[in-house]
Formats: sequence, structure tokens, C-alpha cells
Amino acid sequence: MTMAKPKYELILLKNMLQPGYTGSLADYERAGGYQALRKILGKVAPAEVTAMVTKSGLRGRGGAGFPAGIKWGFLPKDYQGPKYLCCNADESEPGTFKDRQLMERDPHQVLEGIAIACYAIGAETAYIYIRGEFVLGAKILEKAIAEARAAGYLGKNVLGAGVTIDVWVHRGAGAYICGEETALLESLEGKRGLPRVKPPFPATAGLYGKPTVINNVETLANLPHIITRGPEWFASIGSPPKSTGMRIFCVSGHVKRPGNYEVPMGITCRDLIFEHAGGMRSDKPLKAIIPGGASASFFTPEHLDVKLDFESVAQAGSMLGSGGVTVMEEGTSMVWAALRLMEFFHHESCGKCSPCREGSSWLVQTLRRIVNKRGRMQDLETLTDLCQNIAGRTVCAFGDAEVAPILSTLKYWRHEYEELIRTAEANGSSELLMPAAARH
Amino acid sequence: MLREKYKAEIDEILSRYPLRRSALLPLLYLAQKEEGYVTEAAMKEIASILKITPPQVYETVTFYTMLNLRPVGKFHIQVCKSLMCALVGSDTLLGWLEVRLGIKPGNTTKDGLFTLSKVECLAACGTGPMMQINDDYYERLTEEKVDRILADLKRDGTSSLKSGPFMWPERTDG
Repeated sequence: MTMAKPKYELILLKNMLQPGYTGSLADYERAGGYQALRKILGKVAPAEVTAMVTKSGLRGRGGAGFPAGIKWGFLPKDYQGPKYLCCNADESEPGTFKDRQLMERDPHQVLEGIAIACYAIGAETAYIYIRGEFVLGAKILEKAIAEARAAGYLGKNVLGAGVTIDVWVHRGAGAYICGEETALLESLEGKRGLPRVKPPFPATAGLYGKPTVINNVETLANLPHIITRGPEWFASIGSPPKSTGMRIFCVSGHVKRPGNYEVPMGITCRDLIFEHAGGMRSDKPLKAIIPGGASASFFTPEHLDVKLDFESVAQAGSMLGSGGVTVMEEGTSMVWAALRLMEFFHHESCGKCSPCREGSSWLVQTLRRIVNKRGRMQDLETLTDLCQNIAGRTVCAFGDAEVAPILSTLKYWRHEYEELIRTAEANGSSELLMPAAARH
Repeated sequence: MLREKYKAEIDEILSRYPLRRSALLPLLYLAQKEEGYVTEAAMKEIASILKITPPQVYETVTFYTMLNLRPVGKFHIQVCKSLMCALVGSDTLLGWLEVRLGIKPGNTTKDGLFTLSKVECLAACGTGPMMQINDDYYERLTEEKVDRILADLKRDGTSSLKSGPFMWPERTDG
């Protein structure tokens, strides 16, 4: 399966789509690589680089969508000690697989972004925290780092400008939560990946208690282009002023052509699914869409014309998140889908906060009973009640994330839950969830 | 043991971090590469290298699913069972592997060759169903492909069907 001719001028995937492009340093340089770093190092003040990124409107591509330049601006101004950049390459949000492609196919684009960010925030050390399963990605990055170091783009005295930028690859070891920025820091410090209570924010007390910026792979990969072509150019793409630039959407599920598609922010769900991803894989019509990774609320076919930008998706009751768009066809049980996602969240709950640790287990049990046609009508109240007692009551955003699939499927497909339960009641197979002693 | 065999590698790992404990995951990977799983002796040795206590090592090991506290087969097959893969047939894939290997997830074949596990999302949602075997990804799987992979691994210890640098959809060269 191959890519149809793109409708838009691509930015991040442009190089790798050139025939014969291998992602080597020579290939990257031929495509204009490291020119952005040359342009700024020792010539443009770090604060000005930050101002450019702020002006471009670039927002985080990892999930939260926080403006990158403003995040950098939170670092203490006159701090003299070490600062750190962490590249979040954990890519753990189900439905998301873009960072893997960016790292494995054009690693120097990511490294140049890292070097630019390091220069802007005054960090001499960057760690790429990559999910442990990406063994190939880690190897490719390490090779690229060695190439860049030998060519003077990384290491001591980068490009003769007297700046040090050391980059290390640090592999995680299988934990979704380590994509959460403070859990990532804990993990990088050699501990269990438990999110920290904020404040203090990483900008003031991050890695080893030092000022730290954590940016996603795709966010960083945009930086060379913003520097080379200017913030105004970047800010004119997509849905200005709040959602600027291109976005790599990862389309999965029941479409003809799943995969990564780089498009301007603000195209509609319909355009992405039917134009780019080729539409539904069979004659079964579309039933549900998850627009931004497993943590995002489900959409229905009525949302097909929602624009895929931060504001529009939020207004429609979900979130753009990590860019993972999952499409489901008619015939897919929404209760089953919610259960599959909930099993994921239950497995990945780090255990720090009781509402999430205990609640996720309880939610899985309740959903499983309903799916197995052993539920009771009261279970729907239990589900809602549990969700309301998890969301907003945990240290990190995981609590809000895990309830989104359940609450949104309950909202749009409550009849499917009820149908399964009615079958259970008719069969006399309804079960009590809690052991007798725990009931009132 | 690790210290003698991998002295240069350990020193290089330690040099990346201002605080020693950060080297914990890299050293655990080294230990796992050596023995196939993380042994108690390795945990104690790593604790002494990093100047932390063995329980501090153990509490970290138990948090991460990729670190094995028990031996696994020569080939550790991990099938993604999360929603995106399940939508395109991961349950069928898992069933096929169970039949072919004659084991349920969580078990190892009698000859010690294959351990079967079902795991959560491995970030290959556009190319499911998929599995990871040791360091390699295998994507867009079918029953025929799985059979070939198992035969390749048994015969050669490796399979040409493993994924290379990822791009999907693929580009048109030429």
C-alpha cells in the first residue's frame, strides 16, 4: 500500500517521502537539514528563538496541546545551574504511532529540533525518553546522534559557537504512565514512574530538581522549519490563531488505508477519514470515531464535520490529544470497545492515587459483567458514579482520561448497555458486583 | 559478574547521568540481556554499583512490564490486545498462536523456545494486528505470515518478516 500524492505541502513527512531518502545525515543535509541550527547558533539570542516559537503558535503534539514557546518561557530567567530538555518519545497513547515514524525515518529532523530547543532554553543535556519497545527506533537515534556529534552538530562546542549540547537516548521499560511528563522524570531518575504532585512544575523543579522542559517528538521536529521559514509562515498554516501548523494524524481501525497523514490542522474528520484514509474498509457504515487517542471521548457520525483543531474538537466534547484517530464500523459493540480501553487503563494505572487504582479495577469488573450479559441496570449508575469519583481526583490527568471512553459511550450508546443488561435480566443471569460485606 | 564482563559499557552508561540511579533501567536491560531475565543476584549487584539498596532496585523492576523476573523462552512473543488491534483481529491472531504453540498466554512451550504474552498497546495501531518478538515488531499479521515467522525463528533464529524503519502508508519509490 502506498501513499497517494499528498494534497498539501508536507513539512514533517516531506523528506522521508522522497524516493531513496534513508534518513542518514548526508540525506538530511542535502534536504536542507541543520540549516536552522546554523542560522541561530551564536547569531540569534536564545530569548529571540523562544519568541519565534511563541509567535509561531506551535502547540504541544503529545496530548495536552500546551504552547511550546510559553512552556519554555516558564524557566527561571537568571538561573545559572544545569537545565534539562527531555524529548518525550514514549508514544504510549493507544491509537498513536507517528513519533515512531519521525524517529525511525528522519531522526536528524528530531535531533535538530532538540538542539534548537536546548539552545533556546540554555540546556546542555537532553534525554530522549523513548518507550522500551522501540528498540529499532532507539538504535536509529543512537546512530544518528553519533553522526551528528562527529559532524559538530551535537557535543561540545557545537558548530564552533561555544555551546554544549549532549543528547542521550534513555529507554523506558513498558509503562504507559511514563508518557506523563512528571512520571517520565521519575522514570528517568531510575524510579517507579509515579506522577509528581504539581506544583512545582518541571520548569522550576524537573529532572534532578532542576529547571526542565519536556517536549514531544513531533513538537520538536517542527522547530527547524519554524526557524528556517519563519514563525509567520508557520502561523498561517492550519486554523490560526489557536491551532497552527500541520498535524500528523494516525488513523487506525476500520478504514481502507490506515496510517500516518500529515494535514493542516482544521481539516474535518470526514476529510481525514474519507479522503486521506480511503474511507470505510467495507460496506458497513461508520459508527464511532475516537479523535485523539484512547483518552479522548468518542465521536458519532454526527461529528464527521467537526474540524480537527484543538478548539473545535474540545467544543464538540472531546480532545485532539495525541492525534490518534480510531475509526469503528457499524457492528462494533461500544460496550466492548469501552471495556477494551478500560482494560488498558486498569493495566496501566500506576497505583499512586486510590480513586484511579481502585476505580479502574471496579470499572473493568462492572463493564466485563455487562459485556458477559451478567449485568444489572444499577450497574449503569455505578459506572457513572465511579467515573465522577475518579475524574479530577487524581494527581495526574490519567483519571480524566480513563473515564472518557465510558462516559462518552454511555452518552451516545446507552441503549447498547441497556440491551446487554436486559438480556442478562431476562436470562436471570445478573450478578452482584461487590461481595456481600461491602454492600450497604 | 556484570561488573567484570561489562565494565566499559557500565562506565559509559554511568557517564550519561549526573546521578547514578538514573542508570538503573539501562543496567537492568544489561542484566536481562545477559540472563534472559533479571535475577536476584543481578539486582543486588546493580544496587551496589548504583549505591542504592536492593529493595530500591526491586521496587523499580516490578513497575515495568518489560523487565522479566522469571525466565522466558528464547523467543518472547507479545501480542497487542488493545482496542485498535482488537478492531482488526488481534483476538483471532492470539487464538491462532495459542493453537500453533499449544500454550495459553503467560506460558512457555516445553522446548523452551516460545513464551506467549498478551500485552497492551505497542504503538503500531495502523498496522495491526501485530506482535513483538524479542526486539522486533511484526505487523499486518495474517495466519500465513505467523506460520512463516514461527518456522523462520525455529529454523534460523530470525525472520525476514520483521519490520524495518517504520512508514505507513509506504512511499512510492521511483
